[in-house]
Amino acid sequence: MALIINEEQQMLKSSVKEFLKERSPIAQLRHLRDTKDSTGYDKALWTEMANMGWVALNIPVAYGGLDFGYTGLGQVLEETGRTLTASPLVSTVLLSATAINLGGNLLQKEAVLPYIAAGDLIVAFALEEGRHHHPTNISTTATGKKGGYSLNGKKVAVMDGHVADKLIVAANTDDGVELFLVDTNTEGITTERVISMDSRNYANIQFDNVFVSENATLAEYESGAALLERTLDIGRIGLAAEMLGGIQETFDRTVAYLKEREQFGVKIGSFQALQHRAAHLFCEIELCKSIVIKALKAIDDNSDDLPRLASLAKAKLGQTYQLVSNEGIQVFGGIGMTDEEEIGFFIKRARVVQRMLGDSNYHLDKLARMKGI
Amino acid sequence: MIATKTDVKTFRGEVTTWLEENYPASLRQPISSYKDFFWGGRNQEDVTDDLKLWFNRCYEKGWVVPHWEKKYGGGGLTLKENTIIAEEMSKIGARAPLQSFGVSMLGPALLKFGSEEQKMKYLNEITSGKIRWVQGYSEPGAGSDLAGLQTKAEDKGDHYLVNGQKIWTSFGDKGDWIFALVRTHPDRPKHHGISFLLIDMATEGVSTRPIKLISGVSVFTETFFDNVKVPKENLVGTEGEGWTIAKYLLTHERQMIGGIGDAHKPTPLTQIAGEKVGLTNGILSDTLLRSKIMNFEMNEALLEMTIERAIDEAKAGNDAGALSSLFKYVATEQNKTRYELKMEMEGFDGLEWESEASKNGALPREFLRTKANTIEGGTSEVMLNIISKRILGLPSR
Ligand SMILES: Cc1cc2nc3c(=O)[nH]c(=O)nc-3n(C[C@H](O)[C@H](O)[C@H](O)COP(=O)(O)OP(=O)(O)OC[C@H]3O[C@@H](n4cnc5c(N)ncnc54)[C@H](O)[C@@H]3O)c2cc1C
Repeated sequence: MALIINEEQQMLKSSVKEFLKERSPIAQLRHLRDTKDSTGYDKALWTEMANMGWVALNIPVAYGGLDFGYTGLGQVLEETGRTLTASPLVSTVLLSATAINLGGNLLQKEAVLPYIAAGDLIVAFALEEGRHHHPTNISTTATGKKGGYSLNGKKVAVMDGHVADKLIVAANTDDGVELFLVDTNTEGITTERVISMDSRNYANIQFDNVFVSENATLAEYESGAALLERTLDIGRIGLAAEMLGGIQETFDRTVAYLKEREQFGVKIGSFQALQHRAAHLFCEIELCKSIVIKALKAIDDNSDDLPRLASLAKAKLGQTYQLVSNEGIQVFGGIGMTDEEEIGFFIKRARVVQRMLGDSNYHLDKLARMKGI
Repeated sequence: MIATKTDVKTFRGEVTTWLEENYPASLRQPISSYKDFFWGGRNQEDVTDDLKLWFNRCYEKGWVVPHWEKKYGGGGLTLKENTIIAEEMSKIGARAPLQSFGVSMLGPALLKFGSEEQKMKYLNEITSGKIRWVQGYSEPGAGSDLAGLQTKAEDKGDHYLVNGQKIWTSFGDKGDWIFALVRTHPDRPKHHGISFLLIDMATEGVSTRPIKLISGVSVFTETFFDNVKVPKENLVGTEGEGWTIAKYLLTHERQMIGGIGDAHKPTPLTQIAGEKVGLTNGILSDTLLRSKIMNFEMNEALLEMTIERAIDEAKAGNDAGALSSLFKYVATEQNKTRYELKMEMEGFDGLEWESEASKNGALPREFLRTKANTIEGGTSEVMLNIISKRILGLPSR
């Protein structure tokens, strides 16, 4: 398992990069924000991405996908991280398609995956309930009822929840946690759109006696809890890939500014105090690249080491995105604090994506527990 | 030569068997100081019979430096085979048969820049353990600014006359020969007046004086050259262009200090922390230390993956130059952190300086030694300068 991407993956990455630079620069996110777009993403862009197959990379050919693997999807995520492209890629493709593909039965897969692959269906992943990521402690309940279950509880921070056609909901049954596939228009579901600091959307969703049939569980995996953990680990690695893009873009912009801005009659990049901070960041970023490629390949290899790698990736990338986004603003000086300068968009995304699916503290703690300390 | 996966397996099997039969039982103990290694040379102290036996067995097999050519006393093996031997040795905790700056620093430089005659003589003396080499780079006035060195070598027809002083010469009093940077052309720009010279330390006019370190040992010296006559044939490469060789050698030194390619992996701190500090409900009792340990172990894991990635990038023909420059900085800073954490874990036990229980303060002495990691072979600041300028292309003032 060489820690490099192959030629096909490299070609994919280059074409995504070119496309997004043209179609979805940061200005696009600013536009969505300033026009108070009701969806929060660019539907036409999403359709174009789907036409190129980029939202179907992790979906099997039998269900209209390309079966190109997560290392490939990681390249797309990385590039969307560079341009901060707002799209349902994480909620729908990275998380929901993964969960359905791993845990869904034939009918569920047929009903959902081809439509995700075509860019026609948005599926959000409803997991979080409190201030902090705590996937092993779920309060939403699924109580057995004739022919199905009744869901009750409240979910928060559901990415793209307000535009989703379907939800995957983690809820507790008598036999432990299960994932349920639910239509958003089912009676008893109330969705409140929340606009977050990165100008994207994280809905709060209330479930009041929501009836779902017994065929709604994703029950083909070892257990609901195991399916949830596996999906989350894959999601964490995918997010780390997105973060890697954001980190590199922030760094590249910072280094470019070091070479351009003059004070005291010289380029500020000639000051050693700034050079050493940049050089240190360079080293941190190289470490980040290694864990991201290693973890992506581990998904495609169906590795047992995934929990460790996912936590390493999410912990390190979270810390580094935080550091690089802070340093970026410091190096830009006053202009870095303005809304007009784009560097500020990265610190906002950094903080949001840090919190999603467990922050660095959560994952270092998880790693420590794995090691028995 | 091994080409297929089966070949690798067969070779690995042969190595394991040979090691089982030949690695002396008395050496299957943790290493506590540099004295636990065979260093070779004319002045080696306290060598146990088993250390010597182990060295001799490896020498006969060509495994002192397996990947050097046979005519130089190596084993004529590939780098891949070399790695397998190192890995298998590491698995049983086997020590390197020879600890040597000749192997890790001078050898690579001679292989690239030396004449065939020089290679035959010096490489064979290294692999056979006859000659122990030391490094004469730094001077009192030339540390980070190494190219500012002043030790001069004047052309006297058939020989050079060397005068000057080196400092921080590791094992200077144990060394037989020294590879030294000397100024042969004081009139030229500083980087173009330096030559790379091999000097027998038994020559009249060479003397050393030990320097005591904070760890209490004296492993390095000041080294003086007082009208030392050095034959012309001891020059490596072109006169005045020794800086190129010096820099090439430094890249190897930095890999060695960074422990890159070192098959010996230290025990993870997570494995010993519980025993040293105690657990409360399965969680390390000192929770602040716990988070420091996890940060450290995370970076350790990532550093290892980055080394793996650098190798893969190089194999794929991608430029991995940028990566190699970060290893010295990251690995040595990490090593210092490792020992800070070990000291925190040991508590009072880690303070014992002279006691049997502490093996004469092995830990605090090792801890102090690690502070040199970010100084020797180019300081962390110098490494960051190199990254800023050469990789990031940041402007000079
Ligand atoms: C244990 C040990 C073993 C050694 N063994 C050998 C040996 O065998 N042979 C040998 O030749 N040498 C050896 N050295 C010497 C070593 O290479 C030098 O100590 C090292 O290059 C630093 O030089 P210096 O000590 O003169 O420090 P200085 O160069 O004086 O540095 C002092 C401080 O200033 C900083 N500094 C200097 N220049 C810059 C700059 N441009 N930008 C930012 N900061 C800067 C440094 O980073 C450092 O923090 C050894 C050193 C140690 C500690």
